[in-house]
Amino acid sequence: MNTNIQEIKDLSIGFKSQKGKQISILRNITTNIRKGETVGIVGESGSGKSTLALAMMGYIKHGLFTTGGECLFKSQDLLSLNNKELEDIRGRKIAMIPQNAGQALTPNLKIGYQIEEALKLHTDFSKAKREQKISELLNQVRLPSPSIMALRYPHELSGGQQQRVAVAMALAGNPELLLLDEPTTGLDVTTQAHVLELLKDLAKDTGTSMVYVSHDLGAIAQVCDRVIVMYSGEIVLEGPVRKILKEPIHPYTYGLLKSIPKLSLSGLPDSMPGSQPQPGNIGSGCSFYDRCNFSSDECKFKVPELEYLSEIDTSVRCFNHSELISKTSEQKITNELKKEIIIDEILDLKDVSISYAKQGIIDQFLNKVTDTNPTVKDINININKGETIALVGESGSGKSTILKSIAGLLKTKDGYIKFNKEKLLSGDLKKRNSDDLRSIQLIFQNPDESLNPNHTVEQILSQPLKLYFGLTGNKLKSSIAELLKKVRLGAFYMSRYPRQLSGGEKQRIAVARAFAARPDIILCDEVTSALDVSVQAAVLDLLQKLKEELGTTYVFVSHDLAVVKAISDRVAVLYQGRLCEIGPSKDVYQFPSHPYTEVLIGAVLEPDPDIRPKLVAEDIVEEKPPEIGCSFQGRCPRILGDKCRNETPPWQFGDNGNAIRCHIDIEELKIQQS
Amino acid sequence: MFFLIFKRFILGLVTLFIVSLITFIGVEILPGDACTSYLEREAFGEALAACIKRLGLDIPAHERYISWAYNVIQGDFGYSLSGQMQINEVLGPRIKNSLVLASAAIIIGIPLALILGIITALWRDKMPDIIISTVAIFSMTIPEFISATLLILIVAIWLEWLPGIVIVPTDVTFFELLPNIILPVIAIAMIMTAHMARMVRSSVIQVMASDYIQMAILKGVPYWKMVFKHVLPNALLPAINVVALTIAWLLGGVVVTEVVFNYPGLGRLVIESISNRDLPVVQALGIILASIYVSINFIADLLTLMLNPRLKTLQTRK
Repeated sequence: MNTNIQEIKDLSIGFKSQKGKQISILRNITTNIRKGETVGIVGESGSGKSTLALAMMGYIKHGLFTTGGECLFKSQDLLSLNNKELEDIRGRKIAMIPQNAGQALTPNLKIGYQIEEALKLHTDFSKAKREQKISELLNQVRLPSPSIMALRYPHELSGGQQQRVAVAMALAGNPELLLLDEPTTGLDVTTQAHVLELLKDLAKDTGTSMVYVSHDLGAIAQVCDRVIVMYSGEIVLEGPVRKILKEPIHPYTYGLLKSIPKLSLSGLPDSMPGSQPQPGNIGSGCSFYDRCNFSSDECKFKVPELEYLSEIDTSVRCFNHSELISKTSEQKITNELKKEIIIDEILDLKDVSISYAKQGIIDQFLNKVTDTNPTVKDINININKGETIALVGESGSGKSTILKSIAGLLKTKDGYIKFNKEKLLSGDLKKRNSDDLRSIQLIFQNPDESLNPNHTVEQILSQPLKLYFGLTGNKLKSSIAELLKKVRLGAFYMSRYPRQLSGGEKQRIAVARAFAARPDIILCDEVTSALDVSVQAAVLDLLQKLKEELGTTYVFVSHDLAVVKAISDRVAVLYQGRLCEIGPSKDVYQFPSHPYTEVLIGAVLEPDPDIRPKLVAEDIVEEKPPEIGCSFQGRCPRILGDKCRNETPPWQFGDNGNAIRCHIDIEELKIQQS
Repeated sequence: MFFLIFKRFILGLVTLFIVSLITFIGVEILPGDACTSYLEREAFGEALAACIKRLGLDIPAHERYISWAYNVIQGDFGYSLSGQMQINEVLGPRIKNSLVLASAAIIIGIPLALILGIITALWRDKMPDIIISTVAIFSMTIPEFISATLLILIVAIWLEWLPGIVIVPTDVTFFELLPNIILPVIAIAMIMTAHMARMVRSSVIQVMASDYIQMAILKGVPYWKMVFKHVLPNALLPAINVVALTIAWLLGGVVVTEVVFNYPGLGRLVIESISNRDLPVVQALGIILASIYVSINFIADLLTLMLNPRLKTLQTRK
């Protein structure tokens, strides 16, 4: 009996370039999905993983076409079926859970309707039976009060809830194969951990086969039995999850795993140089040759075949895989940061509150303060010269809001921000003088949006140099070349436009632009979240080197606790715009910690199938901070009762130097958490 | 939601007030006054004095504005200079004629535009799209006085099927008017349909490329069901405002077309009263056209609010 539910044979997908050349996105993919197993497809952006997943449903995006091979679902080639035949398979036999459920749910249709539509199409239930089934499905994905939920429109749900609806919709047709395309990317850490938990349970309960596409090895490790690693349109490694993640025998997978920051390690992760070749730009040899540390001459001219090693049930595309393990064991470098903080205050946030509420015309006229419960409240942080302080929290925690107000983009409602011990920074950008503006620079999350697409790199970098230092002519040019050298890019990049750069290169230009002003403080707003892991590691490394060289202070905002642990000296944990905990990073990551920090750390996914996340709190989304009491009262797993609801918790100081804002006695916390 | 509607309504009233002020001041700061410009060379002696007396020009401007505005609110625009008759009587049949022309163009043009827009989007870059889009671009770019003249030449003069220009009394009955409006309606509908069809096309294409349409396909939703349930409601929402502007443009008088066909609508009245220097009528027309624009846009906003679940629930549930 055939145990494979899907067999992909020699599949190639490509597009025609403007010059009429045929360019491949997927090259000769051959693999099988077995009944009842969960397979992870992992790779960085551009590796072709999503194209492969869509092809498994017989769906090829507009502009692409198959250049060979077949995609067999139960021995039926999906790529040869017409639309009518595919409609019978899609949703009923194979269902998709999309990446961004917020955008994948039709905005004008109610949740209940969208699920019912799937039921109507793929089952012959009566109306009453369908309604009952909708409730069942919503219950199954653990959405509260299904009857109310069904009447909601997609935009009325939080990101996690939307994702659950998408899961319910996919389950409606009772499919035999579920395809998940980055189903948790873009969700908060705790929500992500909960959704993954749900998917895992579903796979166990229903016996459905799953294909889980993700760039996140942490998520893959949690749910998958088998992993396929893709690199520039090819499978480079395929095998059982433990084997792949613990003893990777392909240099790319090895490098990828090394470049992920982990909670269990301190210091920066190793970065992998270079970037994935563009489709159509692949040389005659191994596609990973340029970035490989373990290559031999053979790799340059000959393409390695995917070789199946039966003793470990693994397929690998590398000439030198057998030597890799012994070679990698020699390579042990530790990038331990020196984390000595010298108390020399450069920035002082005192009792800062920030409110987004706009006063109505009448209230303005009466000079009435309307917002008694501002978005950000009571923030007290001292930042020392040359340190990296990280602000961590989920979406809505106010971390970016604080950053904007330091930059002068948002006015503070109460409190003040003092620069260099004496100078009060005005909340109004126009009132700050040129030197204040120069001293504080900002790097944004997405370089695609923060770099002007119509300016060359030279124009981008010359702006701050002209503005703050009045450089012109040769002096300007040599300064730009020097900046590019600092971010490890050649001078020839000057004439390029942002669209001609890769994601990592763009972010380097953004870093160079911030450093062009020779600032004292650089505010980093999720600077690595839009980047692939291997690129992220390189940017983190660059930031660290520049800091050591120039003594710059970083305020680093991130939702990723592992990244924060790698780069920061001190960490401030925020929930709903209120500080929960602050201290040296090595102490914040150790117990005792604030219950919220504990929840966050517990939800971090490590790329190791043997380390499971600890889910201690519900992933409810709170729209507003509570008016009185502790900000975390709504979700706290260790809540004491009325005290937490009515009284603002006091600061308590641990023996390690971290401060926790909690009603529970710090010694008590230590006992509870150990 | 109620508050939002109320706000829009008040804003519309404020707009009208400002328009009335501007037209009043505009007329006021013109050299001379209504009487001197109307009477021209006879503007002296008794005739001038009588005219000034009749229009009340001897009263200070602000008082005149207040009494004029007071009358306008009650629906009385005063007397025209040329016809010596109540402006209401002048306007009534003109508004009716413009309404007839506009409704005919709307009834034909809007459904046609929607259908053509949807066809071109669904068969994007294929034959139906290429043909329809080419024709649409032609009829958009040819100025209406040329297309209207060509229509008259071909249909009225060569083929002699329909009257070339409208020679009817202003207060003609609806059925007498009907054969006369066919050519003007075609001339207007050509431009209007082309513009709207292009708009609908790009809107549908944009929605077709969205994640939720890909999701609907992957869910196994049959093609036409997907088009009607998932694509169109979302694609046509932004079209509402464009349709509203088009209707306002039609009602406000399609000046060029009306002049070419000698059609007795509001648009021609504008031209006539300006060339006759009939300033009270010009003032009245200013207010009326502004009210048409404001009220139609107000209706479009209401419709969008009602049809867009995002706006609807955002306002009620919070």
